[in-house]
Amino acid sequence: MIRIAQLSCGSEYSGIQKEIERAAETVGAKIVYPEVSLEDILNVESTFGVSVSSGDLNLAIARAVRIVQNPDLADAVIVMTCFRCAEAAIIRSEIRKYIHEHSKIPVLSYSFTERTKAETLLTRIEALVTTVKYRGLLAREKQKGLTAGIDSGSTTTKSVVMRDNEVIGTGWVPTTEVLKSADEALEAALKTAGVQKEEVSAIGVTGYGRFLVGKHINARLIQEEITVNSKGAVFLADAQKGPATVIDIGGMDNKAISVQDGIPGGFTMGGICAGASGRFLELTARRLGIDITELGKLALKGDFRNVAMNSYCIVFGTQSLVNSLSLGCKPEDVAMAACHSVAEQVYEQQLQEVDVKEPVIMVGGTSLIEGLPKAMEELLQVKVTVPKYAQYIGAVGAALLVSGLLED
Amino acid sequence: MAKVIVYPPTSMILSDLVERMGHKALVVPEAVRKLVTANEIDSPPLNVTPEEPKKGLRYAAVDVPSGVRGRMALIGPIIEEAEAAIIVEDPGWLTGCAGCSRTNELVRLLIRTKGVPVLDLSYPTNDAEARVFVQKIRAFLEDLL
Repeated sequence: MIRIAQLSCGSEYSGIQKEIERAAETVGAKIVYPEVSLEDILNVESTFGVSVSSGDLNLAIARAVRIVQNPDLADAVIVMTCFRCAEAAIIRSEIRKYIHEHSKIPVLSYSFTERTKAETLLTRIEALVTTVKYRGLLAREKQKGLTAGIDSGSTTTKSVVMRDNEVIGTGWVPTTEVLKSADEALEAALKTAGVQKEEVSAIGVTGYGRFLVGKHINARLIQEEITVNSKGAVFLADAQKGPATVIDIGGMDNKAISVQDGIPGGFTMGGICAGASGRFLELTARRLGIDITELGKLALKGDFRNVAMNSYCIVFGTQSLVNSLSLGCKPEDVAMAACHSVAEQVYEQQLQEVDVKEPVIMVGGTSLIEGLPKAMEELLQVKVTVPKYAQYIGAVGAALLVSGLLED
Repeated sequence: MAKVIVYPPTSMILSDLVERMGHKALVVPEAVRKLVTANEIDSPPLNVTPEEPKKGLRYAAVDVPSGVRGRMALIGPIIEEAEAAIIVEDPGWLTGCAGCSRTNELVRLLIRTKGVPVLDLSYPTNDAEARVFVQKIRAFLEDLL
């Protein structure tokens, strides 16, 4: 049983404690609370560096110190505080950094509301558990044999076929009916690879539809997208050793993952605002009357500073873009402003929660919209790498990891 | 007999003093007891469900963190019921603590703006101060009789 230490403030008073425990149980984990003494709590100023006004936050800090002193107490850590609490936001981030720097225990941080349900937490906690449970598998650097991967995403379904560490076939279809789209994507990948389904030794599945698709095609590996995508990213970017940061801006949510030697150490998963998703860029392309594939190249010619964006919101932000066009702004400036808006929101809301270390790898279909990695480069002031097959990252990660299961 | 709210609202020492003087002490543990002795336990350990933060909207706006609103769902009705209050400044955690500084601030504000008699005290740091502390509470409570 994987033990996840919960360091939190407000979860029981928000009425979501049961949801946290239910999410952990679903993935075979157990929530634990490291024991501390009153003295430990009173001493956090000297042991951690600060004592705050809220008693429950000091308790969370004391528990963090305890885990660092005795890492055997937990296999993973989840740091949770109330959304919109400034004091808690500072401490949540500092606890995460403290554990990351002083131990090898994977840590996840999350801010909740009373609407947080087990389902919201499931993928995050599943990733945390996978990181602990399959450390050996995640350390795998090479794909062997003939395997396939399917990424059943919210907007598109992707598939790859890999043979001896090379991608030999790819398939991409918009997600309509989950199973039908998965079959079509796999078929397309098999066709371009020139192999029959029966020849494939094993299939790995990830993405939103992973459980349904996995059962349908009898997949050997069904895995959440955080660990799979980070594995696929470092594999394709040839950054399997040392630190890396993976940014995946998807159709429905975003992931920022801090990776060490190919294994996720900390991550955040957004999904509250459509203004920070690929959907915002799709709408912009439609408004500009161009295909989404042309938006990136157009954006590279523009300057976001020429467009006044009043909001990140998919409705009001789009309104700003429309207003700018009516005021005579150039389409390329509007395209870049949209890319900058998405990048800036991800930067402000998610990249503050992980340790951004080079190389920074952008993946997913949105990374191919050239303006987006460029906007991210400007914000982070570091070079952003977009590897080949960036849009197939989940499928590649799944095909790579499932080949490890065959050997075991 | 008056209904007296104490601050910090989890203080057993203060509630004991109030009860000894023949008044009813309004404290959070009693509100929690009502929840956990309800017929169904929906959300252990306190049985606070996502409904409580919504009830807390009566005392704090929707953009106030859910943990504050959940706490206020327990403390708010007690404040409404109060006919008098004893507020101890800088009490230290051993005296009682709602766990959340923002909740503490809101609770103090709501008590003071309610317009009931309030006894303000500093937390005693030695034996002599403790005696004066108890005497002041006693005198205040006697006046309420």
